[in-house]
Amino acid sequence: MSAVSAPRAEVPALAADDLTVRFGGRTALAGVTLEVPRGRVVSVIGPSGGGKTTLLRAFNRMNELVPGVTTTGTVRFNGVDLHGEEVDPVEVRRRIGMVFQQATLFPRSIFDNVVFGPRAGGHAGELQELAEEVLVAAGLWSEVAEDLDRPAMELSAGQQQRLCIARTLALKPEVLLLDEPTSALDPAATARIESLIHSLRRDHTIVLATHGRRQAARLSDFTAYLAGGELIEYGPTEALFTNPRDRRTESYLTGRIE
Amino acid sequence: MKAAGLSLKRRAPRGPGDRLARPVFLSCAVVTAAALVAVVGVLGVETVRFFGTVSPGRFLTEAAWTPFAEEPRFGVLPLLAATAQITVGAAVFAVPAGLMTAVYMEHYAGVRTERVLAGVTTMLAAVPTVILGYVALTFVTPVILRTLWPGTEAFNAMSACLAVGLMILPTVIVFTRSALRSVPRALMEAGLALGAGRGRVVARVLVPAALPGIVAAVFLATARAAGETMIVTLAAGNQTQLAWSPLEGLRTLTAFIAQSSLGDAPSGTVRYGAFFAVSAVLVAVTWGLHATGSFLISRTRAGDAG
Ligand SMILES: Nc1ncnc2c1ncn2[C@@H]1O[C@H](COP(=O)(O)OP(=O)(O)O)[C@@H](O)[C@H]1O
Ligand SMILES: [Mg+2]
Repeated sequence: MSAVSAPRAEVPALAADDLTVRFGGRTALAGVTLEVPRGRVVSVIGPSGGGKTTLLRAFNRMNELVPGVTTTGTVRFNGVDLHGEEVDPVEVRRRIGMVFQQATLFPRSIFDNVVFGPRAGGHAGELQELAEEVLVAAGLWSEVAEDLDRPAMELSAGQQQRLCIARTLALKPEVLLLDEPTSALDPAATARIESLIHSLRRDHTIVLATHGRRQAARLSDFTAYLAGGELIEYGPTEALFTNPRDRRTESYLTGRIE
Repeated sequence: MKAAGLSLKRRAPRGPGDRLARPVFLSCAVVTAAALVAVVGVLGVETVRFFGTVSPGRFLTEAAWTPFAEEPRFGVLPLLAATAQITVGAAVFAVPAGLMTAVYMEHYAGVRTERVLAGVTTMLAAVPTVILGYVALTFVTPVILRTLWPGTEAFNAMSACLAVGLMILPTVIVFTRSALRSVPRALMEAGLALGAGRGRVVARVLVPAALPGIVAAVFLATARAAGETMIVTLAAGNQTQLAWSPLEGLRTLTAFIAQSSLGDAPSGTVRYGAFFAVSAVLVAVTWGLHATGSFLISRTRAGDAG
């Protein structure tokens, strides 16, 4: 695919370099530099308002939809500058899929939701098969298989979030950006999503913003701690959790900062 | 809270304004209701008297309206058909234009453009209909329609449709925008994040989700179009006929009522009664359209909650 070239092993899937994002006068990200290695799960933790969502949205060019936003620094995907002249944001969003914090289903059928992205992209193959494949991958198939024409809004909150994930998987993205996907769910639904994320790591690079420290510890290879728009610390999850280098990270991990 | 704040006793005596507020407001409400009852009552009494002379069956089925002929015929269908023509014609112009303007304002325009368009919409809504009718008669017909179709009559349905369409355009825009706004904005972002273009998200997700509200907007706007009098009298004339071509004149329910009210029919005559019967039909039409629109809106509101 044209501007965004084939991955090489040593090139990180995503790389932010001195990335600063401002909304009007408010700085949401301040000079963040970090690399997301291919095929790994990176979690982004930190207090709310710390910049987690903004970082994820910088990775698939969603921030530019907000009026009055300014972005400086670079973001690379497979080594290619995402803001390069020839880069089409639509193509970026198809290769780097995003699941929002709130389930944002369309008020249409389950099937229409799942195949929305492929249809928009002019998908040539059999949509029915694709829908089944991604619903199976999202662990939702057995619950919805008998009636894909049901309104998506009738599903439970946990099912809705899994449908959002299935809908994004239907794009066949290389990278998944998951923005606090379990923040609105009960423990049982959370456990399901976590095991889903665990199974998705085989085929995807995943960036997971999360409020839950334990969730980050359970699921990710690397963890970034963001607070006040600054990247305070970034490293292998185990090292960061057992032996944080920065005092602020330690305070957050021990629950002294909410 | 301080200790004194715990007392629930009245601290200041009620002034006369306080005591009078309720009866004053109530009497205003009563006047409103009484006015409505009076309107319905007058229409009802005279209409019933008219139906003593002309049978309701003939009134509703006969296809000729000739109250001034030697042997007058009172078939309301030509008037009703004319009103339908104007209303549908106006909607044909105003609904697509209003829908697209509303979508543009909600999902494409920048803050400044949106503000300008909102201002223009408000100003258009404030133009008196007599002006719109006059523009139709002195500009739309001679300059535009006669250039395109030289045979256009001086009074014609098309110019009236355009002017009435312009009149209801703000209604369509305002109600369509509020219908679009009832759909969560996050859905636009969700669609874009799935690699769709803006147009596709609008057409496949946002407009379908807002559709009940948009249909309601259309009904409310057509209720106004059906009741419009000044524009149709000025631009479409007052010829009782079924206009087979939109370039010919016609006469709507409202135009006939306006003409009758000039007072050439003595009280108590059949022609006098005809005026009330036609008025009753008009009120039934506009209420029907309006009630349908309001019902659809209340249903979309209820749908939001659930
Ligand atoms: N659309 C926006 N407009 C204005 N300010 C925003 C917007 N989105 C985020 N912000 C601001 O950017 C900062 C970071 O927010 P966010 O990335 O949502 O943090 P988090 O996801 O960690 O809670 C906050 O101060 C927030 O108020
Ligand atoms: Mg967030």
